[in-house]
Amino acid sequence: MNWMAERRSNRGGIAFGPAEGKNVSLKCFRESLAGGLFAAAACICVLAVVLICAFLLANGIPGMVRIGVFDFLTGTRWKPGNNLYGIMPMILGSLYVTAGALLVGVPAGILTALFMSRFASRRMLKFMKPAVSLLAGIPSVVFGFFGLVVIVPLIRELFGGSGSSLLAACVLLGMMILPTIITVSESALNAVPQSYYEGALALGATHERAVFRVVLPAAKSGVAASVILGIGRAIGEAMAVMMVAGNRPAIPDSLVKGVRTLTSNIVMEMGYAADLHREALIATAVVLFVFILSINLLLSILKRRAGL
Amino acid sequence: MSARAKSFAARLLVYAGASFSMTVLLFIMGYILVRGIPHLSPALFAWEYNSENVSLTPALINTLYMTVLSLAFAVPLGVGAAIYLSEYAKRSSRLVKVVRLTAETLSGIPSIIYGLFGALFFVVTLRMNLSLMAGALTLSIMILPLIMRTTEEALLAVPDAYREGSFGLGAGRLRTTLKIVLPSAAPGILAGVILGIGRIVGETAALIYTAGTVPEAAENLLDSARTLSVHMYSLASEGLHIEEAYATAVVLLATVAGINALSAWTAGRLGRRSNGQI
Repeated sequence: MNWMAERRSNRGGIAFGPAEGKNVSLKCFRESLAGGLFAAAACICVLAVVLICAFLLANGIPGMVRIGVFDFLTGTRWKPGNNLYGIMPMILGSLYVTAGALLVGVPAGILTALFMSRFASRRMLKFMKPAVSLLAGIPSVVFGFFGLVVIVPLIRELFGGSGSSLLAACVLLGMMILPTIITVSESALNAVPQSYYEGALALGATHERAVFRVVLPAAKSGVAASVILGIGRAIGEAMAVMMVAGNRPAIPDSLVKGVRTLTSNIVMEMGYAADLHREALIATAVVLFVFILSINLLLSILKRRAGL
Repeated sequence: MSARAKSFAARLLVYAGASFSMTVLLFIMGYILVRGIPHLSPALFAWEYNSENVSLTPALINTLYMTVLSLAFAVPLGVGAAIYLSEYAKRSSRLVKVVRLTAETLSGIPSIIYGLFGALFFVVTLRMNLSLMAGALTLSIMILPLIMRTTEEALLAVPDAYREGSFGLGAGRLRTTLKIVLPSAAPGILAGVILGIGRIVGETAALIYTAGTVPEAAENLLDSARTLSVHMYSLASEGLHIEEAYATAVVLLATVAGINALSAWTAGRLGRRSNGQI
């Protein structure tokens, strides 16, 4: 964002505004009309966020209050048939799945970013850059389908059980967050001044030592931002997780048992839910929204620090 | 461990990580292509859908409708907002800060929350029912921040000399923006729009409860209609037509890959052009 700010301040010296002319007033009118329209377009974003917040809260909070905020958040049983709405299993499910995805995706993602930024030849980059953006573009249903036909049967054979499990969701989500982590980390690594690297070499470090001990630490805010973005993607992913996770609404006690996340809870039951059940699902979305907002906040702090 | 051995281990680690990522991509693509291409039968592309042929043509047509409709809302708004941020607003203005903050918030919201919001607002409150229109409006909010950001970056990449020249010739700000700045930034804006198309084509969670899952081509804006991704999801989750699901995945992957290549190509044109002229 910094370079944008710089750009704009450079422009401060130019005299903006309509030039003097015969039809100044018409021109003035047209200019201010256009300015107003563009400003209105910009306000749509604000309006959208306000509406999303308002509708989620207005439809979710009453349900949450009727169930009891404490019972809703810490209840361990989700049985809409018996009017039991506790989303602790889903909160934990989301957190476990996200943590597992990070274990799979973060090391591989950062190492790939290091490779692309400091090890790869130009020819390799020509292949890898489009490959990473293609990976980012694969729709989540296709990932989910892949998980369903490859990862789930594999886990079934290796560990028994149905195969639709926490482990399957972790592995799949780990793959899905790879491109996010790779792209953001790579641009952070590329932004490290070359003189750091050269300085390390001059002090006798090998190429690998310079990269791991000097370049990587210098890019740590950006790399951390990539991880946070990955968390956001993992916790918000609905379809792919739902297709492989087994969706058992109980606190996960084993890697190979089914697990339900906040997102899949909403997708699975929204189709037929009514009354309090429906409100409980919207309240689930409110909880998810709060998670996402905190992640966003963390991200903007990190981004400011990284100067991205 | 000697320094040399450590370096060697580190290098090995980096290579292993990179090959893992590439293997993931190649394996997913390869597996789906190998399993799917043999099942690309003419019946799959039949004009009418029925539960025998599970044709994807209606879904493909709906995807096209959905894309055009979503872009019709999102592009004017996104480009307008970006013009405001880059050409009109003062940097210190409070509105700009609020707009940026909300745009960042929007881009972090998961698609299922968009879907739920669309279901509550467009489907129920505005009485659109499950329809193409409700789905497109939901998606247009979803891709708005993307269009805004890419457009703004493209506008900021236009050299100030262009604007100075235009002002110097007596053009006002509106004329400068529309006739000078916007055309020079067009490839960048287009690359962003194409990325937006990619997101629309791949979206499922935001559409199930806004556009619905009717497997026939929509006849008007208030018809429920499933896009290709939603179609793919239905096939995979019903589990009755796994072979057709593979084939549908191939079509979906090919579409996405084509969109990606197109976006990279347009963005590349922008890069070359501004390198030549600055």
